[in-house]
Amino acid sequence: MRSLRSRYARDNVMLGFIILNTVAVLIPLFIIIGYVIVQGFNYISLDLFTKELGSPTRNMMGEPTGLVHTIIGTAVVDIMAVLISIPFGIGAGVMLSEYPDHWANPILRVLNDTLNGMPAVLKGLLAFVLVVKPMGSFSGLSGGVALAFVMFPIIARATESALMNIPWSIREAGLAIGLPRWRVILSTIIPAAKVGLVTGFLIAFARAAGEAAPLVFTSFGNNYLPVKWTGWIFGPVDTLPQRLYNLAISPYEHWHGMGWAAAIILLVVIIASFAAARFFIRDKKQG
Amino acid sequence: MSEKNTKKINISPSALYGWLGDRIFAVSVFVLGFIVIFTTLAMAISLYYEGSEAITKFGFWGFMTGEKWDAAITMEFGAWPFIVGTVSTSLGALALSFIPAIAIAVFTAEYAPHWLSHIIENLVNLIAAVPSVVIGIWGVFVFTPWIRDTVYIPVYMWSLENAPSLTPILGNPIGYGMMTATIILTIMIIPFTTALTVDAFRMVPKEQREAASALGATKWEVIRMAVIPYSRGGILAGTMLSLGRAIGETMAVAMLIGNKNTLPFTIFGPGSTMASVIVNEFREAVENIHLTSLMAVGFYLFLISLIVNLAAAYIQRKYAVTGGRAV
Amino acid sequence: MDNVIENKLRLETIGLSVFYGDNPGVKDVSLKIYDKKVTAFIGPSGCGKTTFLRALNRMHDLTRGAKVTGKALIDGQDIYDPKLDPVIIRRKIGMVFQKPTPFPTMSIYDNVVAGLKLVGIRDRKLLDEVCERSLRQSALWDEVKDRLKTPGGSLSGGQQQRLSIARALAVEPEVLLMDEPTSSLDPQSTNRIEELIGELKDQVTIIIVTHNMQQASRVSDYTAFFYIGNLIEYNKTTRIFTSPDQKRTEEYITGQFG
Repeated sequence: MRSLRSRYARDNVMLGFIILNTVAVLIPLFIIIGYVIVQGFNYISLDLFTKELGSPTRNMMGEPTGLVHTIIGTAVVDIMAVLISIPFGIGAGVMLSEYPDHWANPILRVLNDTLNGMPAVLKGLLAFVLVVKPMGSFSGLSGGVALAFVMFPIIARATESALMNIPWSIREAGLAIGLPRWRVILSTIIPAAKVGLVTGFLIAFARAAGEAAPLVFTSFGNNYLPVKWTGWIFGPVDTLPQRLYNLAISPYEHWHGMGWAAAIILLVVIIASFAAARFFIRDKKQG
Repeated sequence: MSEKNTKKINISPSALYGWLGDRIFAVSVFVLGFIVIFTTLAMAISLYYEGSEAITKFGFWGFMTGEKWDAAITMEFGAWPFIVGTVSTSLGALALSFIPAIAIAVFTAEYAPHWLSHIIENLVNLIAAVPSVVIGIWGVFVFTPWIRDTVYIPVYMWSLENAPSLTPILGNPIGYGMMTATIILTIMIIPFTTALTVDAFRMVPKEQREAASALGATKWEVIRMAVIPYSRGGILAGTMLSLGRAIGETMAVAMLIGNKNTLPFTIFGPGSTMASVIVNEFREAVENIHLTSLMAVGFYLFLISLIVNLAAAYIQRKYAVTGGRAV
Repeated sequence: MDNVIENKLRLETIGLSVFYGDNPGVKDVSLKIYDKKVTAFIGPSGCGKTTFLRALNRMHDLTRGAKVTGKALIDGQDIYDPKLDPVIIRRKIGMVFQKPTPFPTMSIYDNVVAGLKLVGIRDRKLLDEVCERSLRQSALWDEVKDRLKTPGGSLSGGQQQRLSIARALAVEPEVLLMDEPTSSLDPQSTNRIEELIGELKDQVTIIIVTHNMQQASRVSDYTAFFYIGNLIEYNKTTRIFTSPDQKRTEEYITGQFG
């Protein structure tokens, strides 16, 4: 027989254990963010945003270095990824949600989920095979494609979810007043699902913005600004996650510091995306 | 629904607009959807195709179980060391992360007041949001030296004096290695188990909890008796999701695992995973056989991920509890 | 006939009011529950009968903003004594709910003995005995004795409810509270359970909340009629249903509202 007191004692021990675990897991988070801020702060400077990286000796010789080419490169590659992934993601999501009778629907769902669960590095290899090899060089475009592979399964899922949440009666109402199906979807359902769609997109973007593995074999990296504007698309391009990796494993201390600074910028971008998603949800809910 | 009139002469402009618009729209959507389908298939096909040279040279099983990976002299390649590395770090991380992840879920869903739950959930999601490379750089410059000095070296020293037979298993305590990678992986995959477990806990019907309370159960006993068992489907789903993430995790592992390509691996000593070797060697792979071998490793990684994903879906269906009947 | 046998008092409330925050669910109820009798609480929806029932085993404590004033006594002991743990009360006063709630991941056997395992009873023989006894008490033994290890969720609705009853009885409560135990069951299962109540009352005091008047008149010895949070009338069932004192009661009985 177990007395009530011993049962309560066990209750308290369990609660203590649970709290201990919670704290133990959250502490590294604070430590990581703390270190990033502290270590990277000194390297945040105007130069960081205006100068290119160049060779390792640049800093040793007293010349300014920075990551302007990386920041622009990240923006270019990310924008390309967004432009590619949105039509495919939303298209697939619409197909899953609005055309459930199509014979390919279950196949799409399984394969989309499969793709979603695939490691990003494999998506990079796919983009390498599909874009880099035929093109003959590493390029910003292939990086955009690789990140699109990361993004569109997430967008497809979020789109399907958001559209399925819209009650069937709204579709019926649209059809009843004589609107063709495509009008109903484009003009009624999709706007109604705006919140879910935007949130899904922002989450996919935040995810892709931090990925380095797919970019290592596609956009590859560049220590310099491209000469022509076409170089951003058709030539190797530097991006923050990939550059962070290169800087961290390099033997140069100044570069390590810039790596921390790059980490700050990445964190800011990602947290801003999540905050935007949050803000968007709350804003719409009150609307 | 507008009438579909097969005689084009009789279709009014507005019906045409509707019907044609529907066709165009549907076709566009299907094209987009099919391309998504083809992307997944393309991944399987291209990884196999690109790696086929290595696979045919060494054999499907031969490559998978081959232990040699020599890009310099013999040009012999085998994926086994990386498979071992991936499996051991992933399973290790899964085992280490399980209890903390469930504990956080229990605290968030069952004990913490609303405002605190909210904060903790966001913090846990933040862990998942931090990019792998950021965790990697912290791991390289902060965690690795710290754990080397605080744990690895003392343990290694102790073992040298007190348990010398243990030392070779422990391996070289340089900091970068299997243990470090596993620990970092553990932290990275906790959010996935926790998130799905919290969802599962929140779906436990009030009646189940009340039935336990009515028998005279204390708070923890209600959780243990009614909440956790009922949630086992969600818990399993979260665990499988975490496992899938661990298997594919690339950057942080590549930066911390020490990059040794030959077995045996030791606990503290360096190692490699399938994902880490691809990233680490791809840019330097000059020989064709090297490149195709890396692609082949990618193919095996694809297969393992696929199996884990399918197993996850199957297990979740089998163990989920729906509507009072244990399915 | 009524006054010849002295009924033993088991549970008593004196001016008990049960609140949700500031809102009273039930006001100032004083009644006596007698040993080894079935007492029914009837009344239209929202009249407070379930709120009152749940206050008796302190299940009401689990809702937000729960508050209770007045007294509730079991065998003379104050149920709401601040030094008394609700967990102890819930052993003495068991409960069966409207929806049958076997623990779906546990076997039938484990469900029945769940309450015993809570207090740390591990003796296999004892558990086997209690399991059989409880399942016999709830008239389920013959149907499940060959599959005690199968999951609790694999039974039919009526069987699940009898399993819930067996589980509640296994811890040998003094009083068994039943909150609309048959409202989610088919007529056959309902009959079964009503028979069961008749068999059980010799062993345990029963309080049953029901929205089905006919059920109350069939199974109970005493009936309490609640209306908008007040106890309107409480008397022997035969009195309530043949010649109630209160007009409201009569109106409810004759189906004029509710």
